[in-house]
Amino acid sequence: MNAATAAPGGMAEASPYCDDVVKKFVLATVFWGIVGFMMGDLIAWQLAFPVLNFNLEWTTFGRLRPVHTNAVIFAFGGNALMGTSIYVVQRTCRARLFGGNVLGNALFWGWNAIIVMAATSYVLGGTQGREYAEPEWWLDLLITVAWVAYLIAFAGTIMKRKEPHIYVANWFYLAFILTIAMLHIGNNLAVPVIVFGGSPWWKSYSLYSGVQDAMTQWWYGHNAVGFFLTAGFLGMMYYFVPKRAERPIYSYRLSIVHFWALIFLYIWAGPHHLHYTALPDWAQTLGMTFSIMLWMPSWGGMINGLMTLSGAWDKLRTDPVLRFMVTSVAFYGMSTFEGPMMSIKAVNSLSHYTDWGIGHVHSGSLGWVAFVTFGAMYFLVPKLWGRKEVYSMKLVGVHFWIATVGVLLYITAMWISGIMQGLMWRAYDNLGFLQYSFIETVEAMHPYYVLRATGGVLFLTGGLVMAYNFWRTIRGDVSASSREGVSVAAAG
Amino acid sequence: MFKQHKVLETNVFFLAVGILLMVIVGGLVEIVPLFSISSTIEKVDGIRPYSPLELAGRNIYIREGCYLCHSQMIRPFKDEVERYGHYSLAAESKYDHPFQWGSKRNGPDLARVGGKYTNDWHVRHLVNPRDVVPESIMPGYPHLKRPLDYSTIAADLKTLRVVGVPYTDDDIANAKADVEEQVRSDSSDAAIAKRYPKARMGAADGNPKVVSELDALVAYLQVLGTMVDFTAVNPESIRR
Repeated sequence: MNAATAAPGGMAEASPYCDDVVKKFVLATVFWGIVGFMMGDLIAWQLAFPVLNFNLEWTTFGRLRPVHTNAVIFAFGGNALMGTSIYVVQRTCRARLFGGNVLGNALFWGWNAIIVMAATSYVLGGTQGREYAEPEWWLDLLITVAWVAYLIAFAGTIMKRKEPHIYVANWFYLAFILTIAMLHIGNNLAVPVIVFGGSPWWKSYSLYSGVQDAMTQWWYGHNAVGFFLTAGFLGMMYYFVPKRAERPIYSYRLSIVHFWALIFLYIWAGPHHLHYTALPDWAQTLGMTFSIMLWMPSWGGMINGLMTLSGAWDKLRTDPVLRFMVTSVAFYGMSTFEGPMMSIKAVNSLSHYTDWGIGHVHSGSLGWVAFVTFGAMYFLVPKLWGRKEVYSMKLVGVHFWIATVGVLLYITAMWISGIMQGLMWRAYDNLGFLQYSFIETVEAMHPYYVLRATGGVLFLTGGLVMAYNFWRTIRGDVSASSREGVSVAAAG
Repeated sequence: MFKQHKVLETNVFFLAVGILLMVIVGGLVEIVPLFSISSTIEKVDGIRPYSPLELAGRNIYIREGCYLCHSQMIRPFKDEVERYGHYSLAAESKYDHPFQWGSKRNGPDLARVGGKYTNDWHVRHLVNPRDVVPESIMPGYPHLKRPLDYSTIAADLKTLRVVGVPYTDDDIANAKADVEEQVRSDSSDAAIAKRYPKARMGAADGNPKVVSELDALVAYLQVLGTMVDFTAVNPESIRR
């Protein structure tokens, strides 16, 4: 770093907060993001070209898919949430992290070690066989310990705050931490075979079975979406969007109403993953009803995020970082409309078991979760490393556009393949026979799988551009265009 | 209302309690009654715990992540019933720890795949799916040719008994022998056939001397959806 690139006052050094640990979380977020996108793209190509499974047990789709989902949700998303929440809670409370660097570092290394162990165990065949809750009992115990440490650090910081009020971002982060704890424990109750001298030592059997197990799993599964991928990231939105737009949150009352409504309603939505299954109808109907109601508080969050830009819309033309954030909120709005629609039983009868669901998840996870994270990271890296701005705003603009095209290719391909396959499954010929064999519907997916994987390549490329930009920023470089001061205007 | 909110946003304890009260309700209402309402699981004959070999196969099914591409849940639609068979009952997975209903069909539903193909077809399909279905996108599983480790299979049965699967002392004492007998015997008078009716006998991979992972997985696939005799079920009795 030199005098020209340092922010006034060298704020990184002077910070009274624990920022070293936030730096580590930021770097881990970028690292795991790229790993997770890469794994996702690999398994996307596997569905188009099965030869890419390599006939090895460790590289089959079935073993790598949990590596992808866990890497993006718990590694990329988890590090982003922990890092930003620790950054945000200290500043909005004007208090140093409870437990200081010791607790912060223990959390960082503990969480990331768990991720490495979990990914390794999936590749070797150690899984509970529950989506997004694949870690076996011994990892679940470690996760519980790490999560309690996280809760102590976060809530402890709030308790020693100098601000009288707890800022809205922290409500969302706290709801995310508490609810994930409840879901994690409730869904992972199991008896390990080692109790009776069984093998392998990591194997366990779920406490519940069949229909109760299905309901418990989707109570967990849907709220991994609702609290990990939604409430937590709304916390992120509530700090970084107003900060970057330099405008206050649009409506305090709206944030109160939509916060309580969102966390109350989300928990009920799980059964929409089990429409027309052997789950009793009353539970399915409850799940559908609450999923539709969930549309409202979701859009409450979107409105609060978007309207925060009132009077600052012009910044979208010049600031690609803000553009990431605003686009993420727009994607949030879109997928929280699509979700309730897909939870209607008639729609679900077509969409369930098809790629439409995969597309829906990715419009939320790529468009909303990843984009708001990118925005927050572009905000944080220069702040944390004491730079005025990132190395190149132009590259932020490049990242924005290739990632956006990537997401759009992805979800469009999945809409077409999902709806097409759903219609093919139920098509009858004029003699009254099923028109297509199953394998014909698989064959028809091929071009869309290629298109989807291509979208994934674009999204991954965007992630690499971001990593390069951060590397140069941290080194203290300023791109030629930024130095001339034209970057911001030209970035569009 | 908004003034009272001050209490919650100035005290982290109240805020945390408020959050927990809100998020606990939905789960309680939707999950707890599933354990207490007796009509949740239909009363049908024929559902039995998995034989030790089938159980070992099921564990391979879970280990390989088959559930990520194959559902085991036939919905009550005309096209699904015609394609796959009678719609799935809750009773049919009552001994499944964990359930394997799945959420995505990259491949077809497997809830009633039992008996639809020969053992030989399954073995060839698992080793290289494109040998029998040229357009298939399923990975090959040649590594399943290796011997199955069933030395501690009795511990699996004991663990499952703790979580509610009605294995008898007899089942547990004979678990290891039952694995071997299911592969080596083709007699319907064998003890295993009495303990586990409809268990598919014989070595799927054609080698009865060694119990392979393929033998176990195929034994599991061959029993899927076959336990209930739907010709003997009164439709009224499974309506909920």
